[in-house]
Amino acid sequence: MTSFVPKLLATAALALTLTGAPATANAASEGPKPPARHWPHQGMFGTFDKSALQRGFQVYKEVCASCHSMNLLSYRHLEALGYTPGQVKAIAAEYMITDGPGDDGMMFERAGRPADRFKAPFANDQAARAANGGALPPDFSLIVKARAGGEDYLHALLTGYEAPPAGFEMNEGMHYNKYFPGHQIAMAAPLIDGQVAYADGTEASVDQMASDVSQFLAWASEPHLEERKQMGFKVLLFMAVFAGLLFALKRKVWAGAH
Amino acid sequence: MAHGSAPKTEFKNPVVRWIDARLPIFTMMIKEYGVFPMPKNANYLWSFGGIAMTMLGIMILTGIILAMSYTPSTPDAFNSVERIMRDVNYGWLMRYVHMNGASFFFIAVYIHICRGMFFGSYKQPRELLWIIGVVIFLLMMATAFMGYSLPWSQMSGWGVTVITSLFSAFPLVGDGLVTWLWGGFSVDNPTLNRFFALHFLLPFVIAGVVFIHVWALHMTGSNNPTGVEPKSTKDTLPFNPYFTSKDSFALVVFLTLFMAVVFFAPLSLVHADHFKPFDPMVTPPHIVPEWYFLPFYAILRAFTFDIGIPFTGIVVLPAKLQGVIAMFGSIVIWFFLPWLDRSPVKSARFRPIYKWCLAALLVSFCALGYAGSQPAEGLPVIIGQIATLYYFVHFLVIVPFLPRFEKTLPVPATISEDVKRK
Repeated sequence: MTSFVPKLLATAALALTLTGAPATANAASEGPKPPARHWPHQGMFGTFDKSALQRGFQVYKEVCASCHSMNLLSYRHLEALGYTPGQVKAIAAEYMITDGPGDDGMMFERAGRPADRFKAPFANDQAARAANGGALPPDFSLIVKARAGGEDYLHALLTGYEAPPAGFEMNEGMHYNKYFPGHQIAMAAPLIDGQVAYADGTEASVDQMASDVSQFLAWASEPHLEERKQMGFKVLLFMAVFAGLLFALKRKVWAGAH
Repeated sequence: MAHGSAPKTEFKNPVVRWIDARLPIFTMMIKEYGVFPMPKNANYLWSFGGIAMTMLGIMILTGIILAMSYTPSTPDAFNSVERIMRDVNYGWLMRYVHMNGASFFFIAVYIHICRGMFFGSYKQPRELLWIIGVVIFLLMMATAFMGYSLPWSQMSGWGVTVITSLFSAFPLVGDGLVTWLWGGFSVDNPTLNRFFALHFLLPFVIAGVVFIHVWALHMTGSNNPTGVEPKSTKDTLPFNPYFTSKDSFALVVFLTLFMAVVFFAPLSLVHADHFKPFDPMVTPPHIVPEWYFLPFYAILRAFTFDIGIPFTGIVVLPAKLQGVIAMFGSIVIWFFLPWLDRSPVKSARFRPIYKWCLAALLVSFCALGYAGSQPAEGLPVIIGQIATLYYFVHFLVIVPFLPRFEKTLPVPATISEDVKRK
């Protein structure tokens, strides 16, 4: 009879997992579910593929960055992609940053430094909208966490442009995308084969670029992922051993109880 | 806890003796956690009170550390949380422990409440202990809700908007009440400021009420799976070392599961809209509270038609007000449980029908959780309505009237007899 309670609790736990899952997954209910892909940083042992991150950063820098900001990132964060401090300095120096006011009370332009935030393509949201037919290109700092489906959704979106099905009513200036909620997206297909010349010689197909930039943006959303998992193993190992010792202790103490 | 009349323990250490003569803290600790008699058949479900208390400690500790780097103002709140996640040393760890800690705190407390309901821990002489526990649960809900608002994300802002707007359902005072809660005419900076202040304060209030809860517990002693009060020292074991060792093991197993989620699946319970900054001009398609509020959210949404005087068009009870009353009522009802339940038998182990009614209550509570997670249309609404009906029928009809018909099983005379029988 006492096993009744644990059984009930197990049922409750199961029910909670079942009810919890749809709550996180159904935001993009309007489009088809993006196909699940395998990502190197997935799973307990997954780590970022640094060459993919560097390629993804190149795609972001040469393609996405003309419209999409990444306001939460600084150039110094790029060292996590495997760049040397010197390379990061050089990347930052490619941008002119408005600083000041100086001693003369005027704002001035200077070359970027590793401590600077990524330079945004537009001065403010209104300027971004004005340049994009009224649509606001979202900031990319957290885009993988801020979209249901994460990396899978981004990859599907970037490769999901196609001609609208017959009879589908399109609004002025919108583009049909299989995976975008409502299927009408203001952004035209951003990637074409061979758009970037990868430094490592990888062929820049749309699929490859979509995959690389999705991995780069996954890193940007969760930069401490590897550190978190590494610490997790140590913590769980410690907890398992500690639990084992406590169980032995409890058994020993209770041996004389009845 | 500290009784002036309690017999003093003799301590060998002179420093301990000196302190104890002036402030009998060592005497108290030995009385309450050393020799304190626990029913010897208390199973692992009795560990969840201590587990919940540990979670409260973890939440307060990580919360204070987070507050050191958090900025409670609408333009900066979201980015200050992201700064904690990216640039503050181990900030990501503190936040993931705090964020998932709320869920595990609720898991522990829900199990603790289920245990109390199943084994009749709310019955005489523990009515007040139970009531204080319900107060803790209400305080936890308020604290968790306000904590959810602090990252000032889409889910935060819109969650606050939906829940505070509920108060507008009350006639006459409703709109004024909402303005008063918001500190203005919309969810804005004053709302965030006061929610942060209260989110910081309430955990300490909870800690105080937990102290009273434990105090009341130590007056009556713990219940046990038989529901039979200990009759002699043969029925009990001293808290130390028996329950210190048992509870420690249970605690570490629970924390291991907690850590597994923190390090390997920290986002499994979070909605994507929690990572977009709050925009009062853009309503997310699907606003959901955290999982631990979903059953109550479903009760709120289960009422879909106004009640009025037929053929006059006069609405007496609008659907929204019914929902609000039912939602608050669903927890207020717990306060009366000690008096609603007329059965002389405490433990549901010896109540063959009531046992299954409780199982049905748990199923309907989970069904409510499912209904609350879904958009309010179609089948989930009907599931929510059926489950809401059962929830109230359970507490208002089954609990008071079942004892008249139910034939209970023979209850053992003592705990020892029950233990020997197995």
